[in-house]
Amino acid sequence: MTDIDQGTTVDVTVTVNGIAHTRTVEPRRLLSDFIRHDLRLTGTHVGCEHGVCGACTVLVDGKPMRSCLMFAVSAEDMEITTVEGLGTQDAMGPVQQAFVECHGLQCGFCTPGFVTTITAFIEENPDPTSEEAREAISGNLCRCTGYQNICKAVLRAAEINRERATPTEGGDPA
Amino acid sequence: MKPAPFVHHGPRTLDEAVAVLGEVGHDGKVLAGGQSLIPVLNMRLAQPAHLVDINRVAGLDTVTVTDSHVRVGATVRHAELEKHDEAYAVLPLLRQALLCVAHPAIRNRGTTVGSIAHADAAGEMPSVLVLTQGVIEVVGPRGRREVAALEFFEGPLQTVLEADELVEAVRFARFAPGTRTAFLESARRSGDYAVAGVGVAVDVSTDSGEAVVTGARAAYVSVTDIPVVVDLTDAVAGQPVSSVWDGVDELVQAGIAPEADIHASSEYRRMLAAELTRRALTRATTEGTA
Ligand SMILES: Cc1cc2nc3c(=O)[nH]c(=O)nc-3n(C[C@H](O)[C@H](O)[C@H](O)COP(=O)(O)OP(=O)(O)OC[C@H]3O[C@@H](n4cnc5c(N)ncnc54)[C@H](O)[C@@H]3O)c2cc1C
Ligand code: FES
Ligand code: FES
Repeated sequence: MTDIDQGTTVDVTVTVNGIAHTRTVEPRRLLSDFIRHDLRLTGTHVGCEHGVCGACTVLVDGKPMRSCLMFAVSAEDMEITTVEGLGTQDAMGPVQQAFVECHGLQCGFCTPGFVTTITAFIEENPDPTSEEAREAISGNLCRCTGYQNICKAVLRAAEINRERATPTEGGDPA
Repeated sequence: MKPAPFVHHGPRTLDEAVAVLGEVGHDGKVLAGGQSLIPVLNMRLAQPAHLVDINRVAGLDTVTVTDSHVRVGATVRHAELEKHDEAYAVLPLLRQALLCVAHPAIRNRGTTVGSIAHADAAGEMPSVLVLTQGVIEVVGPRGRREVAALEFFEGPLQTVLEADELVEAVRFARFAPGTRTAFLESARRSGDYAVAGVGVAVDVSTDSGEAVVTGARAAYVSVTDIPVVVDLTDAVAGQPVSSVWDGVDELVQAGIAPEADIHASSEYRRMLAAELTRRALTRATTEGTA
């Protein structure tokens, strides 16, 4: 996006996945666009831009929030975690691992929002019932899977989390 | 879409916020959690030239519980109030209703005061505030004033708040001991705006040794333009708590005026409101105490 405003830009520093990034942006820059355009972290997806689909959900100080409903200027001093911060291909986070095992995605558009949402949920509720698992993802839309495998992935992710928390001899995360 | 350009103001104190609102309020908007305002800006349904972002104003982020009320500051998030155990202990209706407000990710950012200032007829917390006979604390360039909840709402998305005024906090009044509450709604998907919803407060006396209902009031979501309290006392007084509450229909129907939209006809909303009222009375009398 080129700057076509009245010339007002501000320097904004936002910590994303542990690294502080400073960019000069307009105050109207959405946090979702700051993450995708300014930082080139395109794991966070943008669907509706009015809070309904959940694709843009990131963790703000550990809590899931819609990045399309925040301005980058408001996120100064906050710790943002995107899906890129939750694991790598070689060392997947518990939720990512569970999505692979349970076939929790098809096209993958919705997945980053589910992964962030579920990561926070199983921190708060380490051993959810399947009803609680459904409730936890009720704010995220998926047009492909029919949700059943995502519900399974929530329960499996919690299980992996508990397994990983139990100290074993090796402690190999994958 | 993206918002139109605006000037962002980030006051750190209430005095600063009031001063800047006094200057730009008529061409600006207060930004709290942004969970209602930013969608409107993104869709360009509004293009204010200034946003007065109150998120960093010191002292607005506290919940205070006293003998008479629960006071909620302007930047307290729905999720914070929902999880506030002291507030829940004295006024369970708050958590009962907040669990119906949107999804956790929205509640983590959106504020309870913001939803009251926004005055959406589908919002839960305006109705809860009215049901508790709460008070809105307003501050502006002309000083402070307090507005009773029933007098605050003028129409859908319309309140008595002037453009240069700010809601500093709201006070939910505590019910008399022995009052039991419940909140129920029907939405197409858990967390969506309700097709219809109801909060009830039921007075129960155990003086005779048996638990008997002495009065009840209900406030509705999505079936009235502005929050109203419907007094159900005539239909319920004198009955044991284990009653089925079939007699409330007429009072409910007379007290509401639902609009039709793509989700439901006016008639369907009427039936739903009456049924939800019966179920909420049952839940309150058999489970909830305050
Ligand atoms: C997908 C989705 C689903 C939702 N579902 C529900 C739901 O089921 N029920 C429900 O009640 N809400 C729902 N909401 C809205 C949510 O509750 C908002 O948090 C709330 O309506 C507004 O609070 P806010 O802090 O986000 O206010 P903002 O969006 O920042 O502001 C809303 C309006 O109020 C004004 N305002 C805010 N604070 C003040 C203040 N202190 N003084 C003066 N004016 C102020 C603003 O200027 C603006 O006009 C939903 C939102 C989304 C995105
Ligand atoms: S893009 Fe943010 S919720 Fe849809
Ligand atoms: S996997 Fe395609 S939208 Fe969810």
